[in-house]
Amino acid sequence: MGVRDWFFSCLVVGGVLTLGVNLMPPARTKPLDVAAVPVPDAELKATVEAINIHMRAAWAKESLTSAPPAGDLLVARRLSLALMGTVPSLEEIRQFESLPETERLDWWLEHILRDRRSADFLAERVARAVVGTEDGPFLLYRRRRFVTWLGDELAKNTPYDHLVREMIAGNGLWTDHPSTNFITVTSRSEEGNQPDPIRLAGRVTRAFLGLRLDCAQCHDHPFASWTQDHFEGFAAYFGQARLGFKGIQDGDGQFEVEDRKTKEKRVVEPGVPFGRELLPKDGSRRDQLAVWVTHPKNPYFARATANRAWAILFGRPLIAPVDNLEPQGVSPDKEKTLADQLLDILADDFRRHGHDLRRLFRVIAATEAFRRDSAADFDITDAHERAWAVFPLSRLRPEQVVGAMLQSASIATIDAESHIVTRLMRYGQTNDFIKAYGDTGDDEFDERGGTIPQRLVLMNGELVRERTKDGILNASSRIASIAPTDAKAVELAYLCVLGRRPTSNEMEHFTARLNDTERTRGQRLEDLYWTLLNSTEFSWNH
Amino acid sequence: MEPLISRRSALGLAGAAWLTPLATQLARAAEKTREPARSLIVLWMQGGPSQLETFDPHPESRNAGGTKAIDTAVKGIQLAEGLPLLAEQMESIALVRSMTSKEGDHERGTTTLKTGFRPDPTVVHPSIGAIICHELPAAGTDIPRHVSILSSQWPARGGHLGDQYDAFLMDDPAGPVPNTKSFLPTKRDEQRLKDLDVVEGAFAKGRRKTTDGTLHRQTVADARKMMSSEQLKAFDVSQESAAVRKMYGDTPFGRGCLAARRLVEVGVRCVEVTLAGWDTHVNNHSFCKTQNAILDPAFAALIRDLKERKLLDHTLVVCGGEFGRTPTINPAGGRDHWPTGFSYALAGGGVKGGQVIGETNPDAVKDDKAAMLMMAGRGGVEKFVKDEVTVEDLSATLLHTLGVEYDKLCQTPIGRTVKFSNGQPVKKLLMMG
Repeated sequence: MGVRDWFFSCLVVGGVLTLGVNLMPPARTKPLDVAAVPVPDAELKATVEAINIHMRAAWAKESLTSAPPAGDLLVARRLSLALMGTVPSLEEIRQFESLPETERLDWWLEHILRDRRSADFLAERVARAVVGTEDGPFLLYRRRRFVTWLGDELAKNTPYDHLVREMIAGNGLWTDHPSTNFITVTSRSEEGNQPDPIRLAGRVTRAFLGLRLDCAQCHDHPFASWTQDHFEGFAAYFGQARLGFKGIQDGDGQFEVEDRKTKEKRVVEPGVPFGRELLPKDGSRRDQLAVWVTHPKNPYFARATANRAWAILFGRPLIAPVDNLEPQGVSPDKEKTLADQLLDILADDFRRHGHDLRRLFRVIAATEAFRRDSAADFDITDAHERAWAVFPLSRLRPEQVVGAMLQSASIATIDAESHIVTRLMRYGQTNDFIKAYGDTGDDEFDERGGTIPQRLVLMNGELVRERTKDGILNASSRIASIAPTDAKAVELAYLCVLGRRPTSNEMEHFTARLNDTERTRGQRLEDLYWTLLNSTEFSWNH
Repeated sequence: MEPLISRRSALGLAGAAWLTPLATQLARAAEKTREPARSLIVLWMQGGPSQLETFDPHPESRNAGGTKAIDTAVKGIQLAEGLPLLAEQMESIALVRSMTSKEGDHERGTTTLKTGFRPDPTVVHPSIGAIICHELPAAGTDIPRHVSILSSQWPARGGHLGDQYDAFLMDDPAGPVPNTKSFLPTKRDEQRLKDLDVVEGAFAKGRRKTTDGTLHRQTVADARKMMSSEQLKAFDVSQESAAVRKMYGDTPFGRGCLAARRLVEVGVRCVEVTLAGWDTHVNNHSFCKTQNAILDPAFAALIRDLKERKLLDHTLVVCGGEFGRTPTINPAGGRDHWPTGFSYALAGGGVKGGQVIGETNPDAVKDDKAAMLMMAGRGGVEKFVKDEVTVEDLSATLLHTLGVEYDKLCQTPIGRTVKFSNGQPVKKLLMMG
């Protein structure tokens, strides 16, 4: 047999193998990348300890008992919901529990932070703060491009200050340089599509500095020491941003505002309300502002980011609303609240470590407060909640609810590497679901209760029916066929949907229910799934 | 024979006559402070309808593009051709032809008209329907009191009042009310709810108070109540006679208007019915013809029907979109966005019909610098409209008609106080001051 024949048979065999692998991919078993867990450095530990000490002091001062530590699975669920918008899959829970107890949560957090799902989910949450949920000006604004860009950058763990500078001072076309959508979303058709300095100034101060300077747009701030002049001076930094053939560029010219009383135009020079010495000498106006906003010595940037990161993990910010750090204004001699102290510590660590968002999440997730249970054997009072002595209950965002629902209906992990059809289906179903469920809009940490349409969607909606019914793709039927005993089936369903094991009372009730002969086994599991999906526990972070 | 009324008692009765003036006074007072409207129906013309092809025709203008005007039941008031049925109802309708807004973008304009405020990054204002539901009592309604039928991309929402005031979204009433029917036999459905109690009990252990604070179970109960409510039938227009359905027109919008009437009858406070397709940048005239053929029977039938059922006095109907369209016709035969002079129609609910407020200049041009000055509040309105009615004034009028204190200060969740409306009711529109 000649060499050519040998090559030919290799080609045939190779082709068949490739086809086979593509048609029937081997069961994906993700390697446990335990080695990737960074050894927590001493400084991180010190930051966490400093937070814990302040917390404990606050509890002691008010004679509060803190809730007992939460179980590992519960903490894993919190992390998963906050950073990926879904619950852990059964597959992931298995991997999680195969690790030694002391390493589980660290591994899980790293696993999440490296997962593309996390970058995409966080990108959407950041986008709400910086560009809102509006569709914006047609053609001139591409929200999806902007969110994808954010996701790409977060996946690379680009330092947050770089991202923010790119948004404030970026140049170019909104399609090529997606960060400029931050500017073009404010384009006004009645002003020749030019960006709106007033809206931009409002966004920058709220989203990046946690200051509601825009209240001073119409009048001096009612509580704080911001004046209308401060706001106008701030807006003037966007006064030279122009939209042209080359996209967003800085031109020249003056920023003019109209006096509310005299109705006359006057020129406003750019100026910042504090920290003038942090302004660089050169660069365009937007360059200067970008440097000033993200300057390590600007006290607000790191604090605002820390407050938002805390809110993402806990479901509520240290200081509410999340974009208003100083509702009462600055008074240097006032006694610092617990929230102020914690923000100082977090901001300091964030600043000293290159504005690393992942590190910020690691710090917050390692605090005692984050690991507290939301239940306790004493009466939980408002004081406990205010001092973070118990983990707060917060309503899940619509994306989290639908993410959790789709994941709990599947044994395997639905992730960025899932089949394109799975992901497309998920995208379409997610959008339909969110429309019916009601989007939360820009103010994502607003404390709100549920609504009737939300309950109707979860009780009777098409997606719930499809995902709980007896069918080969759904976890409920897979559990029905793989679980050797009724008790095992109940346990698997609880793990998939609520991420915990049933209590003895629940176990007793549902194993008895699974014994019922009026319904098929598939229907019995379907009913159990429905019940778990409609519980308070499923729809709330806790 | 004893008279039925003795002289003495007659005197006594005469003595009571001092009451008569009071009685008449009371009656008059009752008339004066006539009961405010109970419900609002918003016919939302998504896309920004051309005023020239609907409520504000200018057949003599060089910009008419062939649009003719027709006489109405009220002498001296004309509508564009294509609205003959509505023309018959003109006695009940007030036209505001001098509406002005400061937003020329669909999304921002929609927010502005639906809330009475321009989009504001510091506070999300509630839509007028949400304010009404917030301020007026619930009055035994099991179904949502704020409904949006055929809702567009931007339905009416609760804003800072909370998303429990969001409109309930409903498609063409020819179909079922979404998600209100369990997909299971009753027995299994009920058993599931019993099972749910077991899971809820386990979760509430150790966190009873915070769990109660979520109101989750209450909301489930409310949703169940809605599912079994007789009032749900109000959505089902197939229960109406064929003649009535025909009167409203065999279109989704026509059915939406009919459902709106049925909903108002069971105590729903605000129904928004959307007719999309008014964004006529191209072939304005032919598109408007199609749109009018849908709007005309539905709007006219709604007024007639409400009147026959003695509901028109208690129901305010308002029709309009996010802005109007340019008087000039563009090269594609279309008209572009025009927030400086557009029309709204109001009927019922204590609004004085058969009148027109304001007028527009049919020769105003888009690239006029004056538009920008005016948008910035620097005067020059007279170039576009006479007797300007701002969006703020319209919102104040609607709220006032419904008996809501339009200038009431309201605390937002962040502690800022805002009014429900920054405008003033348009006195001329109201029957009583």
